[in-house]
Amino acid sequence: MAAQIFSAIFVIIIGVGGCVAYFWGANKALDTIFPARGVSGKAAINNLRRQGVIRPWLFVGPAMIILTIYLIYPVVETLRLSFLDRGGAHFVGLANYQWAFGDREFRNSILNNIMWLAVVPAACTFLGLIIAVLTDKIWWGTIAKSLIFLPLAISFVGASVIWKFIYEYRGEGQTQIGLLNAIIQYFGGQPQVWISLPFWNNFFLMVILIWIQTGFAMVILSSALRGIPEETLEAAVIDGANPFQIFWKVMVPQIWGTIAVVWTTITILVLKVFDIVLTMTNGQWNSQVLANLMFDWMFRGGGDFGRGATIAIIIMIAVIPIMVWNIRQANKETEGH
Amino acid sequence: MTVSTGKSFVSRFGVHIAVFIFVAIWTIPTLGILVSSLRDKDQIIASGWWNSFTSSSQTEAGRLPPASAQVEKDGKFVLQGNIFGDGPARNISAFGVKSAAPTQYPAGTTADLGDGVTLQLNADGSFVMTSPKAFEGERGQRVYYASSAPPKFTTDNYDTVLFSEGIGRSFMNSLTVTIPATVIPILIAAFAAYALAWMRFPGRALLIAVIIGLLVVPLQMSLIPLLKLYNGVGSFFGVPSKTYLGIWLAHTGFGLPFAIYLLRSYIAGLPREIMESARIDGASDFEIFVKIVLPLSFPVLASFAIFQFLWVWNDLLVAMVFLGTEGDQIVLTAKLNALLGSRGGDWEILTTSAFVTIIVPLIVFFSLQRYFVRGLLAGSVKGG
Repeated sequence: MAAQIFSAIFVIIIGVGGCVAYFWGANKALDTIFPARGVSGKAAINNLRRQGVIRPWLFVGPAMIILTIYLIYPVVETLRLSFLDRGGAHFVGLANYQWAFGDREFRNSILNNIMWLAVVPAACTFLGLIIAVLTDKIWWGTIAKSLIFLPLAISFVGASVIWKFIYEYRGEGQTQIGLLNAIIQYFGGQPQVWISLPFWNNFFLMVILIWIQTGFAMVILSSALRGIPEETLEAAVIDGANPFQIFWKVMVPQIWGTIAVVWTTITILVLKVFDIVLTMTNGQWNSQVLANLMFDWMFRGGGDFGRGATIAIIIMIAVIPIMVWNIRQANKETEGH
Repeated sequence: MTVSTGKSFVSRFGVHIAVFIFVAIWTIPTLGILVSSLRDKDQIIASGWWNSFTSSSQTEAGRLPPASAQVEKDGKFVLQGNIFGDGPARNISAFGVKSAAPTQYPAGTTADLGDGVTLQLNADGSFVMTSPKAFEGERGQRVYYASSAPPKFTTDNYDTVLFSEGIGRSFMNSLTVTIPATVIPILIAAFAAYALAWMRFPGRALLIAVIIGLLVVPLQMSLIPLLKLYNGVGSFFGVPSKTYLGIWLAHTGFGLPFAIYLLRSYIAGLPREIMESARIDGASDFEIFVKIVLPLSFPVLASFAIFQFLWVWNDLLVAMVFLGTEGDQIVLTAKLNALLGSRGGDWEILTTSAFVTIIVPLIVFFSLQRYFVRGLLAGSVKGG
């Protein structure tokens, strides 16, 4: 272990030092090859111009290389692999896509993903908005927000253990050590094995993600609510609006853009949800989702890269509309500058 | 943003209650594993953690001493002693001699076991068993009893998971992955962000659009090609394909779009006058970046560092694909996932391990929450 600590420190120094050395050295080299100081006026101007052409590429170069290897090339390669067989050697056309839509487990995953998409972003945004409004009105609101925000720092695996403990089941009549079954039994109900209840188990998994992400929605929406001009609220009060009307007709419309952002951010997260399903059920009892199914096919029976890639592409297709919308928004903003 | 309607006592009280309920729902789950991780492992399965401060009651079995320990008194054969021996005393509420009826007799009463044999077991564990005939046999009478043990808290579970379950080792592995994977992208992204914000070069707008597009590309798109690439590189150079260097670079790649996006929007917002006056004084871009932009960007660099740290520390998917599952490489999240499979019902192990995995993010989060929130706001306002 000591050797590991030592090598980790060593590598950090090498890695960071290497980065610093590259940026410093590359700039030094550029200044040396095209000197702008100590040469005649005309040469200096020429050299400055050349520096101006080259230097941006020294700055963005490393980032571009890494982005190309780790994101751009893989996107193209995954698309190509989705038309090849399991080993990636033979072209099979649309066979993988045909397989996918005929496969019971895949269709089950799609349905579950749609349920996740319908429930989780809506629940997080709604709860986040309510908590943001309520905590704004009380003196200990900041502490309350911190505590609700806290699960955002917890890993999906850690959260899964936390909630598995809550869903823990013991036979009827025994002492329940899972909180949920203990409450049910206290009120005379029958304890259940929550994570294997067909159909409903999906919702018990969703609760975990909602528990994690509500804090995110709350923080973003809370800051948007603060940006609402005081006058609009005062005007509504003078006009005799009740608190619910103020909330729905004055506050919500003004933060509509932020609500959309929170919604889409959580939507993307939901499409990629993997850890929770893997650790809670690993897709058993009809709780499979696309991301976990894809991981499964990457390694199942030595790995079927064709089918794995196909599932990845389907997740990607679901993300594309959001991606296009983001780029449009960003372009609008840069034009506005 | 204070609305002055509905300020009646009832509605204000209602708001406090509602927020309190939300806070309770959001904190009790975490509290559950914290409390459980500190409990005695027998008590965890005997009672719910919310009862951990009251005595827990459980049914146990013990054995009286064998026939050789008997004494003859007043024409009767007597066995005497304490069922707990030298162990810690507990409070017995009831006892029995049949497994089907372990709590047949209240403590302190004398049970008639037939043939004139009697057994009295008291609350403190002392017992008297008498018989008109001599006791026989090598093994003593089996006795069942319901006892309540006082609340018992211990750090034994932490000793166990850290030093014999391999969580301590995984903790080091997680640090080994996380620190370089947080530091490397910051530098690379900062230079790129400066160039994209303040330098003019052809293709700049396209590059920005590509980076914003890459922000939302699911990780799943990268896994298979990179796995193939790593295996190829590994077999070509005859080196292992699952290495720490591999995962550092992978996390750097996956973190870069957000890093560049976040840093660029911040750096682009720095005042133009500072840059221009520095340039007039003859400073090069490199000098401006190092001496002006980096120090001014400290808040956003801190925000990104926290994000990347939490994301890498909490990541399971990338670690499962690019790192091995042996002790020298398995990170905390993967180890916890493995324990869920192998130690499924051992809640003392699971709750303690889970708490070890979440303690670092919680500390980082609480101490640096200000930067974290700022980054969250900056990163998502335009839809990350």
